[in-house]
Amino acid sequence: MTITEKIIASHSGKNCVSPGELVNCKVDIVLGNDITTPPAIKQFEKIGVDKVFNRNRIVLVPDHFTPAKDLKSANQVRMMKDFAKKYGISNFYEIGCMGIEHALLPEEGLVLPGDLIIGADSHTCTYGALGAFSTGVGSTDMAAAMATGEVWLKVPEQIRIELNGRLGRWAESKDVILYIIGKIGVDGARYKTLEFTGSGVKTLSMEARLTIANMAIEAGAKNGIFAPDDITRRYVKSISEPKRNTSKSKTGLISDEDAEYDQIIAVNLPDIEPQVAYPPLPSNTRPVSKAKDVKIDQAVIGSCTNGRIEDLRIAAKVLRGRKKHKDVRLIILPATQAVVKQALKEGLIDIFINSEAIVSTPTCGPCLGGHMGILGEGERAIATTNRNFIGRMGHPKSEVYLSNVAVAAASAVLGRIGSPEEL
Amino acid sequence: MIKGKAIDYKADNIDTDVIIPARYLNTSDPNELAKHCMEAYFPFKTGDADKIQHRVYKGELVDRIKKEGLDIIVAQENFGCGSSREHAPIAIKAAGVKAVIAKSFARIFYRNAINIGLPILECKEAVDGIDEGDEVEIDLSKGEIKNSKSGKSFQAVPFPEFMQELIKAGGLINYVKKKISS
Repeated sequence: MTITEKIIASHSGKNCVSPGELVNCKVDIVLGNDITTPPAIKQFEKIGVDKVFNRNRIVLVPDHFTPAKDLKSANQVRMMKDFAKKYGISNFYEIGCMGIEHALLPEEGLVLPGDLIIGADSHTCTYGALGAFSTGVGSTDMAAAMATGEVWLKVPEQIRIELNGRLGRWAESKDVILYIIGKIGVDGARYKTLEFTGSGVKTLSMEARLTIANMAIEAGAKNGIFAPDDITRRYVKSISEPKRNTSKSKTGLISDEDAEYDQIIAVNLPDIEPQVAYPPLPSNTRPVSKAKDVKIDQAVIGSCTNGRIEDLRIAAKVLRGRKKHKDVRLIILPATQAVVKQALKEGLIDIFINSEAIVSTPTCGPCLGGHMGILGEGERAIATTNRNFIGRMGHPKSEVYLSNVAVAAASAVLGRIGSPEEL
Repeated sequence: MIKGKAIDYKADNIDTDVIIPARYLNTSDPNELAKHCMEAYFPFKTGDADKIQHRVYKGELVDRIKKEGLDIIVAQENFGCGSSREHAPIAIKAAGVKAVIAKSFARIFYRNAINIGLPILECKEAVDGIDEGDEVEIDLSKGEIKNSKSGKSFQAVPFPEFMQELIKAGGLINYVKKKISS
């Protein structure tokens, strides 16, 4: 079996599972945000139970429209807060201690190798970076899991991505996943697992892996996953005050040598140039050297894809001593409070402010066209976010181009899409 | 038996931001969501991104259901890709859509539609054999789709047994309720 199949089998009380099988699984963590939790609460109340399955294993993170952008959003967060109080849910993250959910949960030691996690947010697949099976579901699935601690799953078919070599200068793990999505398409892994293997994996930090697993959904995948290795074990050990018992996590899980894969795709990391995904799909990629004369009005650096400290260090490297172009708004969103603190300590925030960027409190905000940087009619943005669908960041006639952090920062300086090499 | 008229949304990869843009998700009231359902729709083909001419059909879906009775969505591959927002099938259902027929569905949308009771059918031949305005009859229990205009019938991909149980129970919440009480 593959690592994904092993996790599903161990959580469904079976010795063995195979693709296509429908199984009922125990969940380790159930997650929801301020958009998806309110409908889940309504559904939960219809079930008619008087308690949740485990008050320490439900995580509620208001991050999409927070700090509340309007009255309706405020009421959605209030509904979550009341629900958390009523059922004694310990992991409710109010602003001030919150972060973008998929950056926050690993930091808090809430997601561990070998876990089975569902979240009412499509980017829940992020935690595969740690060797967990994690997947996005809707609010009703979240409600049922909060009541029962269980979810039904179809065992996905398996795709193995073999990463070889090491990335070149200015290329980031974001480019790896954009490159793969460009190759296989937004439905290239529909219903399937993307398992990342190969000698190149050990050149990728945990943060780099989180970025890759995060965008597995953009290829339609059910989950993305990396087998735990020394980098994973070091990461888990380094979590300062983990909310779970990290010593119990399954850091030794690997796929069997005779595990079966539907497809095997080899990717040579040194060949990957920084990528730009043109609207309206993340699969519409081309190397940055072929992205010509795209003037931009806004650059966004942040999100659950690229808002961690390593990302901000790259942004600072490009922006140090430079100013953003006069026609561009540069918005930088550290993903969690811990990232804000670390960035302050390292002087990164100073660099950003001096480059005439604005630095926001953690929020999903502009990524989904929520708030904190909406695009007007005809405007264009380059963003380190994960989706460039029509109207994603604002007006239906605005456009989003996806890239890595260095390219987004360089483009903010250039006023058009370009590479740090051009500075 | 479901009877209705087809509305053509025959583009690949219609995403959840097109079905219901996130800026409207500060509410989960189905009627509010329905007003904005599909308002950013533009029929593009994969690889055609450079040729996009944006068009906005404000409120078109609800209006066309009211005025023309076009209440069965026909779509291409990977319908509902993107976000996990259950608001997408909720908006479609509240707009008055009786069923969605597509060549394929994105994974989370598929789960959500079943969980909230929006009838969905996966059938390549039906999508190719139905045009906008055609009268369509659907027998959900058999997965049969009939184009009354052309007289042709199509067989949708059957649901696995467990999902048929879910559908029979009236969605996941009722299924869980039953399971807990028994």
